[in-house]
Amino acid sequence: MNLSRHINARTLPLIVTSLLFVALFGFGSIAYTGFFSAQVFINLLIDNAFICVVAIGMTFVIISGGIDLSVGSIVALTTMVTAALVEHHHWSIWAVIPLVLLMGAGFGLLMGVLIHAFQLQPFIVTLGGMFLARGLCYVISIDSISITDESYTQIAQYRLMLGEETFISISALIALAVLAFAIYLAQYTRFGRTVYAIGGNERSALLMGLPIGRTKILVYTLSGLCSALGGVLITFYMLSGYGLHALGLELDAIAAAVIGGTLLTGGVGYVAGSLVGVLILGVIQSLIAFDGTLSSWWTRIAVGVLLCLFCLMQRLFERGSQSFSFLFSYWKKPAEPSNNTDQEASKACLTQVTTRTAA
Amino acid sequence: MTVEPILVMQGIRKSFPGVAALKNVQLRLFPGEVHALMGQNGAGKSTLIKVLTGVETPDGGEIRLKGELIQPTCVGEAQAIGISTVYQEINLCPNLSVAENIFIGRFPIRGPAIDWKTIERESQTALAALNIHIDVTLPLASFPVAIQQMVAIARALSTAAQVLILDEPTSSLDEDEVERLFQALRQLKQKGMAILFVTHFLDQTYAISDRITVLRNGEFVGEYAASALSRLDLINTMVGREIDEASYAAETAAQTGSVAADPYVSACGLGSTGTMRPIDLDIYQGQVLGLGGLLGSGRTETARMLFGIDHTDSGTIRVGGEAVKLNSPRKAVQHGIAFCPEDRKTEGIIAELSIRENIILALQARRGIFRYLPKRLQRTIADEYIQQLGIRTPDAEKPIGQLSGGNQQKALLARWLATDPKMLILDEPTRGIDIAAKLEIMELVKAQCRKGLAILFISSEMSEVLRVSDRIAVLRDRQKIGEIAGKDADEQSVFRMIAGAES
Ligand SMILES: Nc1ncnc2c1ncn2[C@@H]1O[C@H](COP(=O)(O)OP(=O)(O)OP(=O)(O)O)[C@@H](O)[C@H]1O
Ligand SMILES: [Mg+2]
Repeated sequence: MNLSRHINARTLPLIVTSLLFVALFGFGSIAYTGFFSAQVFINLLIDNAFICVVAIGMTFVIISGGIDLSVGSIVALTTMVTAALVEHHHWSIWAVIPLVLLMGAGFGLLMGVLIHAFQLQPFIVTLGGMFLARGLCYVISIDSISITDESYTQIAQYRLMLGEETFISISALIALAVLAFAIYLAQYTRFGRTVYAIGGNERSALLMGLPIGRTKILVYTLSGLCSALGGVLITFYMLSGYGLHALGLELDAIAAAVIGGTLLTGGVGYVAGSLVGVLILGVIQSLIAFDGTLSSWWTRIAVGVLLCLFCLMQRLFERGSQSFSFLFSYWKKPAEPSNNTDQEASKACLTQVTTRTAA
Repeated sequence: MTVEPILVMQGIRKSFPGVAALKNVQLRLFPGEVHALMGQNGAGKSTLIKVLTGVETPDGGEIRLKGELIQPTCVGEAQAIGISTVYQEINLCPNLSVAENIFIGRFPIRGPAIDWKTIERESQTALAALNIHIDVTLPLASFPVAIQQMVAIARALSTAAQVLILDEPTSSLDEDEVERLFQALRQLKQKGMAILFVTHFLDQTYAISDRITVLRNGEFVGEYAASALSRLDLINTMVGREIDEASYAAETAAQTGSVAADPYVSACGLGSTGTMRPIDLDIYQGQVLGLGGLLGSGRTETARMLFGIDHTDSGTIRVGGEAVKLNSPRKAVQHGIAFCPEDRKTEGIIAELSIRENIILALQARRGIFRYLPKRLQRTIADEYIQQLGIRTPDAEKPIGQLSGGNQQKALLARWLATDPKMLILDEPTRGIDIAAKLEIMELVKAQCRKGLAILFISSEMSEVLRVSDRIAVLRDRQKIGEIAGKDADEQSVFRMIAGAES
């Protein structure tokens, strides 16, 4: 495999992000004892499984050229509905989870239909969805509902041992499965490629005969579904439902996607990048926790700086690739044009002209 | 002909708010023919194609494919019944790879996944048929417009369609590429495909087409065999009045205004390592300097250097006798230089803004936001240019995106003329403009020039360069190889110079 072939303006942000993650992790390993272990790494996944799932849905939306601000609220609503059904109504977990997933997907579907059918701005529609879902939480209850149901806590606290002392949770496994499926969806299905095409140029996608409407609606449905799943994962993690869960999660998800190399203008990005983005957010948190002297708000500062840096970097790469493509505009010519062939070409042209004038 | 037509459109009507774009238009396509659809800018050619392919819904009329009534409501549907189209506007996604652009919408699936290997292989073959050899896994945006246009064509050619529609596919191509496209079309024709072809190049019309349908102002004028319709007749039927290319040429050549003694812009040894070798150019007020040369000879690069878009690392520029550094377009604009870029689709128009706003844009930018042009004045200026350039629109407030392609080009030209520049760089100003308008625009260029404007004129059509230029700087291999006075030059002498026979 020729590696250098795969490094271009698209993949470079992803590569840089991955290197940054390795660097941050390496830094932690050197600076703090006990940081360098498989468990610390896996904990990143376990602690951030829900952001990861939500960010994956968000990545599809952003690649399609849209935005989904409702994800955090849908997550909160999902935790609320789940907790209420499990605790107050004693439903089985196997009935509750499909139901809330369906609810999230339905919520996304509705927003998608509004966006497509009435040509509304995704920003506004999903902003509406955000308020609506958050508000609905408080209809169920103003207080937090903790989940004590036996079977639920069992699943939530299940630890799959990997070797002697490392373990992984169900949530992390679900997040990885979702990631694998999302990569397949994005890279190897017609739906995925249509999402990229719409983000690249919606009018063109229309003129190429692609199913724009269906795809756009599906993208928001997918994001709603991912949010609901993220909500379920939070209930595993926190064992409670609360209207104030996942406040501002939509922004974390967007940040993860952008740090992972997805362009907010749409059309460019990798789902896997969002995982790395999430891991970077997580590793910064871990670093600050290990340090112990900094307040956790430093995470925000670090993320803010990173975001700016990444946007800047993407812009620079774009510039770079433009001047790069400029060189290509001489595609017809060999790099060092030998005088000979060139003269022949001109002569061919000349004869064409003479024949035309003669005719 | 004894064969049945494969496609018949009859009584097609389509109105947009304020314009009747199509009034009772008909069209017949036979298998195994290339059919040229001709007409001036705004005649309704693209609209007819959009109605046929389901982008627009007709207000009336019927479309029959092989005798069966069809009514496509989206492009996908039209593709499914065997109508494959290259639209006039860009219809590819710059962020996707070349291969993907060719195959999206009909990806081969292997098992549960898209079969990328096949896609890459087959798109390579599809492009090779047009003699293009590029890395198909690179994003489309990394290639120049000409290649992008070829990719769009390859996409359309590679579907096994019965009807192929090409709306001005050749507007960014050079002669070589056009010839390759024509070879491909002839092969398809042999296989019995019906091809509808739109162009403003009459040479191309006669080179490839068997029959011609002419539209004028949204009305069907007639259907002719190409061999039975002379060039002059074709122009006259399109325009609806007598126009003589030759007399225009004579007229324009006869008038030359007074030329300033000193050059307005004088470049000395201007170059940029890797793209342009050092070049000397003097551009006088009251004169048109043409840049002659084949594609890739550095015409556009020269213009971009002069306008401060591309970085230069050697040489000096003097404007009005004063040495200046033009390292950004803003600087160039401040020195009274205007640049009408080649690629209208990506660098030019802002589709959502009105025609007036598009025209006024550069002028307002030059004045700065604090010296806002009163709306009444804006309207007067816009109306003046709409009238002068014959931009076909009911009024200046229409979004420019709704104009026909050629009329957008005219509005772009108006934008730069409105800034009242001292020097105007025109890079392919007549792309996609119909023959009558082309002559008018060249006339206009001449007129502006007589008023004391310095003009740098770039066109891939040598005859056009010859017609308007007072002097022609000939480029080859990104280097200036000589200069000829316009009145002594003809196509042969220029090409001989390029070929190096005369040096
Ligand atoms: N979406 C639209 N909304 C309003 N008017 C439109 C729209 N599309 C086209 N028109 C109008 O319909 C008329 C015909 O336009 P069309 O694009 O078919 O011309 P054309 O023959 O293709 O010209 P050109 O050679 O310049 O491409 C024009 O007057 C144009 O302004
Ligand atoms: Mg058109």
